[in-house]
Amino acid sequence: MADRKLRVATTSLAGCFGCHMSFLDIDERLLDLLELVEFDRSPITDIKHCGPCDLGLVEGGVCNAENVHVLREFRKNCKILVALGACAVNGGLPAQRNHLDLRDILAAVYETEGGLARGARIPNDPELPLPLNQVHPIHEVVKIDYFLPGCPPSADAIWKFLTDLIAGRTPHLGHGLIHYD
Amino acid sequence: MPATMTTTSALQSVLARQGHDGTRLMQILRETQEALGWLSPPVLTEIARDIGWPRARVESTAGFYSFFHTRPLGRYRVLWSDNITDRMLGNIDLMQAMCEKLWLEPGRVSEDGLVSVDTTSCTGMCDQGPALLVNYRAVTRMTPRRVEAMVDLIRAETPVAAWPAEWFAVEDNIRRKDILLGNALVPGEALAAALERGAAAMLDEIKRSGLRGRGGAGFGTGLKWEACRDAMGEAHYVICNADEGEPGTFKDRVLLTRYADLVFEGMTIAGHVVGAKKGLLYLRGEYRYLLEPLESVLAARRAAGLLGGNILGQPFDFDIEVHLGAGAYICGEESALIESLEGKPGRPRIRPPFPVTHGYLGQPTTVNNVETLAAACLVAKHGGEWYSKVGTTKSAGSKILSVSGDVERPGIYEYPFGVTVQQVLNDAGIEGCTQAVQVSGPSGVTLGQNELERRIAFEDIPTAGALMVFDCTRDMFEVARNFAHFFAHESCGFCTPCRVGTTVVARLMDKLATGHGSPYDIDEMFKMHRLMQGASHCGLGNSACNPMFDTLNKFRPAYERRLKSLDYEPAFDLDAALSQARQMTGRDDAAAHLANVEES
Amino acid sequence: MTDNTLPTCLIDGEEVPFTPGQTLIQAATAAGKYIPHLCWHPDFAAHGSCKICTVKADGRFGAACTIEARAGMTVENRTTELDDKRRTLLQLLFVEGNHFCPSCEKSGNCLLQATAYEVGMMSPHFDHFYPDRPVDASHPDVLLDFNRCIMCELCVRASRDVDGKNIFALSGRGIKSHLIVNSESGRIKDTDFSAGDRAAEVCPVGVILKKRVGFAVPIGGRKYDVSPVSAQVGAQAPTREEA
Repeated sequence: MADRKLRVATTSLAGCFGCHMSFLDIDERLLDLLELVEFDRSPITDIKHCGPCDLGLVEGGVCNAENVHVLREFRKNCKILVALGACAVNGGLPAQRNHLDLRDILAAVYETEGGLARGARIPNDPELPLPLNQVHPIHEVVKIDYFLPGCPPSADAIWKFLTDLIAGRTPHLGHGLIHYD
Repeated sequence: MPATMTTTSALQSVLARQGHDGTRLMQILRETQEALGWLSPPVLTEIARDIGWPRARVESTAGFYSFFHTRPLGRYRVLWSDNITDRMLGNIDLMQAMCEKLWLEPGRVSEDGLVSVDTTSCTGMCDQGPALLVNYRAVTRMTPRRVEAMVDLIRAETPVAAWPAEWFAVEDNIRRKDILLGNALVPGEALAAALERGAAAMLDEIKRSGLRGRGGAGFGTGLKWEACRDAMGEAHYVICNADEGEPGTFKDRVLLTRYADLVFEGMTIAGHVVGAKKGLLYLRGEYRYLLEPLESVLAARRAAGLLGGNILGQPFDFDIEVHLGAGAYICGEESALIESLEGKPGRPRIRPPFPVTHGYLGQPTTVNNVETLAAACLVAKHGGEWYSKVGTTKSAGSKILSVSGDVERPGIYEYPFGVTVQQVLNDAGIEGCTQAVQVSGPSGVTLGQNELERRIAFEDIPTAGALMVFDCTRDMFEVARNFAHFFAHESCGFCTPCRVGTTVVARLMDKLATGHGSPYDIDEMFKMHRLMQGASHCGLGNSACNPMFDTLNKFRPAYERRLKSLDYEPAFDLDAALSQARQMTGRDDAAAHLANVEES
Repeated sequence: MTDNTLPTCLIDGEEVPFTPGQTLIQAATAAGKYIPHLCWHPDFAAHGSCKICTVKADGRFGAACTIEARAGMTVENRTTELDDKRRTLLQLLFVEGNHFCPSCEKSGNCLLQATAYEVGMMSPHFDHFYPDRPVDASHPDVLLDFNRCIMCELCVRASRDVDGKNIFALSGRGIKSHLIVNSESGRIKDTDFSAGDRAAEVCPVGVILKKRVGFAVPIGGRKYDVSPVSAQVGAQAPTREEA
């Protein structure tokens, strides 16, 4: 291994940050990890844009235009890009809208559902990212090198996965750590 | 929604004619649909009750075949044959023109329920396309003028029976005759010779002749008949496989049009050898127009004492029935064909056991190709030794080839086995350069320019006889893409690798075609080929990647020039994926779009 | 406890005895050896459709549930090559349907999921089809969630061969294949299906689910949380001899 610390970026796209919470659940092992890595863009650092990194961890699927931009930024900057958790791997919960037409969803949520203010409209502020017709797992948009499934992957699974990667081993989880739920 | 009176009486007469017999479900469904237009839920319930089958099994069959519909698809159903040869003759433009004139999208039924227009797999008219089916009647040689006239007739609701007869004319286009097509046998001549020899001696002659199955696989006909004859059973059956579905193949159509006596006589000889009393000819649904002519031939043979009881005064009873398929290529596989004859979806059985011991209704059954059975008549008349001297040592006799594509004289060519592909091309007439020849249809082999000296013979290129010729202006990627969609449409869906794999492959080909491809996708194609070739349940899945594999190896630049980049590319258009949100918000600002190439 | 009187075949280098007529997967199962499978079940006639049990017998690929064991047959089973193929087949099944494990009550007890864990499937790899397959919740006691159907036809076989009811069948063709039920309305409530049917408990995935009993076992204690599927060979002991 190189002497310098590995530079790591993390982000959550169409996810719930549950995978990040699980990441933090490695508890005191975080200290061991920080001996080996330093963080670039991540909710932990509050860096807004990702620079060149060794490793990128992406939680969540791709549901809107902003997700695409962030994912591309990660792919461009990270030598190794990892899909972290069920939503990144197969779209997860957000993808359960995929059998519905987005136009019907928008109309129902913003215009026709009960309890909306009179004259409610679908928001059209240019600041808001537009949703995609369907939610996609991240491997359908950019090349992904490794996948760590789970909703969320357990702290032990994340630890095993990262220590394997950092040590230069192909990650291998085995029974008990590999989970789709 | 109860069945109405007219529905009930039409249905009852179909059911009575078919003897309330579930194994005849294919014929029941077809005749019912011909009478009622479509197979509604109450009609399926009524059929199930009448034949004593669970309703779900009736619906299972009705839902499997392309030519049965469980929803209304219009009083006029136009299905454009979509083989690559039809494409080369411009079928897509003609279909688009037809749809525009009818204010219709392909695949949709017009709002007034009058008409629907769609594509279908090769209808076996490759030498006289672009072809189509209208209400399952074959139409050939479509032109822009015919499209216009047809639209007018549909709009005027003129019955198909009153349409111009020349539209339905199907040419034989026999260009070269050899021992089979040039035979001078009269009906009954070969049969008399066979009966005179006796069953055991006739079997010996077939074995001596070296006759091998003409469906492509080339199994020894003598061995098959012997295994069937030796198998124990309550009854034995002879089945003629006339489900000629391999795109580019149309020789059985010509045999059944011009040489039906020979085919039925071959079945009768087979029946005598294996000890069968009943023969079934399974005719592909696309050849529906041949049903009545074939039944007339059968009637004439009965009248002449060549079918029925005490045939030719001998203690030998045998009769033949024609069953129609309903648009499913997989039924060309013999065990799927048998399933279909029993009224079920055409899903290939687990083999062994093979049909020779456990075939139709679980009884010993020999399933033979149309051409094989016709050739058996030559062996009966002239003897095995005579026959074995034609062709090559390992491939006795002659082979009928269906030639289409970029040749001057498409049609039927019969040669002794061993003829080179180049010789066939010379005879069919080639202008300019030939880029490739697809032998045996999509499941066969793509030959490049440097392989045209290869021979049509079991020891070199075994084939059911299709040669589709592509000149140097043709795009071999589009050829392979057409075939990929064919397999995705025709996969029976039984096994995982073929059911899902054929669709994955078709989507990969579309990804390249729409300009989203990358080298990763080519790797994926090879991976799918490796998986499907070993793991699939039957020949369809095992050979479904052949055209892609062959063209990737022999015409790789046709793929590579379509690649968008050397990096990974998504399969979908990212900007188009924002279209619905743009529509609903009315936005068109810069942020409402996504560049499809990565911004730098 | 090898019975010396029985012939043997060689599976992954180990001698496995068999009684003539047994398929490879029957012989392996009886010997406690795991051959990955989905549509095969010891109580029912072999179906041979999922192809997960594909092995190499004397050098040829074939489904272990349909190949009869022969004396001296050499069988490759858990090789890298075969597990690679199995992983790809599983990925095809995952993208064909809608398999969202976190919201499925079969999770942890699902043979598809457990088999995917077993061969180390980390992602579905292919682009998802996301088909539209409406749920049928019409029955008072049973829910049908077709999103998870893998076309194994175990319910078809159980209902036909054990329950004598023919509640289920596959219709459609190719990628449009789908499970149907035996009623004109197409709804399960209009059949004579009952939660006590064998077909109600045979689904290897989460299509046929009994109502009001979901999520009874907490995560950690579910069938395949306890041990991997490969360590549970014989756990579903055959209750009757195969016909």
